Amino acid sequence: MRRLAIGLLIGLVSLTLAFTVGWAQQRSLVLQGEMADQEAAAIEATLASFEAATGIKVETVWTRDPALLTTRIEAGNPPDVVLLPKPGQMVSLVGDGLLADLTFMKSQLEADYGQAWLDMGTVNGTLYGFYIAVSNKSMVWYSPAQFAANGYSVPTTWAEMIALSDQIVADGGVPWAVGLESGPATGWPGTDWIEDIMLRTAGADVYDQWVAHTIAWTDPLVKTAFEYFGDIVLNSSYVFGGATGALTTNFGDSPNDLFSDPPNAYLHHQASFIEGFFTEDFPDLVPGTDYDWFVTPPIDETLGTPAFGGGNVVVAFSDTPETQALMRYLASASVQEVWAARVGFISANKGVNPNVYPSDIVRAIAGSLVNASAFRFDASDLMPEDIGAAFWQGVVDYVGGEDLDTVLAELEAAY
Amino acid sequence: MGKRSFSHWLYVAPALLILAFFLVYPAVHTIVLSFGDKTGEVFGGLSNYRFIFTNRGMQIALRNNLLWVVVFTAVTVGLGLAMAVLLDRVKYERVAKAIIFLPMAISFVGSGIIWKFIYAFRPASVGQIGLLNAIVVGLGGEPIGWLIERPWINNFALIFVGIWIWTGFCMVVLSATYKGIPKSLLESARLDGANEWQVFWRITFPLMRSTIAVAATMMLITVLKIFDIVYVMTNGNFGTEVIANRMYKEMFQFKNFGRASAIAVVLLLAIIPVMLFNLKRFREQEAVR
Repeated sequence: MRRLAIGLLIGLVSLTLAFTVGWAQQRSLVLQGEMADQEAAAIEATLASFEAATGIKVETVWTRDPALLTTRIEAGNPPDVVLLPKPGQMVSLVGDGLLADLTFMKSQLEADYGQAWLDMGTVNGTLYGFYIAVSNKSMVWYSPAQFAANGYSVPTTWAEMIALSDQIVADGGVPWAVGLESGPATGWPGTDWIEDIMLRTAGADVYDQWVAHTIAWTDPLVKTAFEYFGDIVLNSSYVFGGATGALTTNFGDSPNDLFSDPPNAYLHHQASFIEGFFTEDFPDLVPGTDYDWFVTPPIDETLGTPAFGGGNVVVAFSDTPETQALMRYLASASVQEVWAARVGFISANKGVNPNVYPSDIVRAIAGSLVNASAFRFDASDLMPEDIGAAFWQGVVDYVGGEDLDTVLAELEAAY
Repeated sequence: MGKRSFSHWLYVAPALLILAFFLVYPAVHTIVLSFGDKTGEVFGGLSNYRFIFTNRGMQIALRNNLLWVVVFTAVTVGLGLAMAVLLDRVKYERVAKAIIFLPMAISFVGSGIIWKFIYAFRPASVGQIGLLNAIVVGLGGEPIGWLIERPWINNFALIFVGIWIWTGFCMVVLSATYKGIPKSLLESARLDGANEWQVFWRITFPLMRSTIAVAATMMLITVLKIFDIVYVMTNGNFGTEVIANRMYKEMFQFKNFGRASAIAVVLLLAIIPVMLFNLKRFREQEAVR
């Protein structure tokens, strides 16, 4: 019995000791994000030098499952730093009192980021996040080589783009490659189309009202944007594989149809990050010759072509010195330059030297985003999450043949 | 007597504690949450239940679950029974049974991905990558969007994946019972002039009835909770939503604890009659022994 008691005592003491030592040496952080493989690899590559310089270990968690963050928060064990794909999440997390503010690094961010980007990281006047891996979503990809071979020219208005589509059909081709499939998030590329159109038919102010739900989904302005998209995607001679093709083709595979021989399609509306997808499948493509992009052309000339895109907002769940060090590190231009040197990873940081970008194409995209005076973020990422997901589903239903008024009425009823 | 009943409670106490903590407490908590609002903190009355039975998306989910229950249960048990009886008569029984049972060893998610490839759609002008559409095109047809065409083709395409997985299980269970039937019974019936059809319906089937009921209730409970296949293959798009997938979405995507809990409660209520039936059968069997 005595031996047992002594044994227990020793066990208890060593356990306590282990815990105390463990706490004292708790110099490790968890960084979580929903990133594509290439982007994740770029971030991992820079974390090694952070670990070497500070002695703080960073454990990374890459996932495509948004449920993981919910689960960790509910369990009271959130990651220290999270790269959120949706600013709407940041707002609701601030509302729940879960995020640490970034006042400690405000001067650093103000020096490196333009006002449009700072505003998007601010909730109720307090800075909570900064943006990395941003993208331009107002883009149509095409192949200059194919355009030259067929005598096509880049359209400068929406009407010209439709005329070009008709021309391609008349020549026996299919103009558009559309891919809406994206696992649990199927439909999102369609929401990008509609948002991009909305900025061109109704303008940025109406866009903001729509995001804030001060105008209804059943508003004629919203309906018009859906119809412009429908005019293309529901026209079976316009889309490779028709509506069924659009619904079953994965967004990442879709641009490959531009580079088959002969091309299955000639035009592809997708964000800047898609370059990383098709250049991986077709590594020999020469930027500027085999592929290039033009800004989604204006519909109403008075509204022009507002900058439109997305990005990941970096937020902190703790305010320990370790977390703050990592936040400062991730926001710095020198780190983001390493990421920028990789394909498809665009930095919103003004301090990033444009020369590091791998091609003129990426440089041009980055320039358009960093210096944007007004920038509109992807609406489906700004809306409450259930509404954003309902929007994806609404696109799927609309492309699947559902009556537009029914789809919009259902979206309105989702609030 | 008093002492005996005390020690008796002592023995079951650990089991009861575990049951209370892991089963009763979460169930009660879920029921409480189901009457709450989105966050589960404010009382919301019956609004979540009203949503379940009036929202169009939920109605589609309920309809699809019913379709799954009927088609999946009938086909897995029916086909399993047919295989159990018919394969008993052939030389290559073991090989055939192993092949039919094999999909059980693959995870649902794995099966979903395999079948997503089989159902893959490519436009008619280019080569097909999906097996099924390659066959259709090879026979001179137009490729079909198996997971898109609503409401029948895509739902049956999904249900078929479930059937592919579970038929083997039913077959193995039913085959064991079938082999337990004395062959002399069947032979004497045949000697008396009964044809094979009569032997099956008059002798085999009645003798296997209780096992068939067990297999059917098992399948029923499995299919009421069907989630993985739908989540992986369509995520409930194109009118293929089912209750469990919607519950997952409400909980983890929309963070609507009230609705998710209400859906869980409805699912629980739907399963209770099946469980009671199963228990009743079990007691009857025990009584026979």
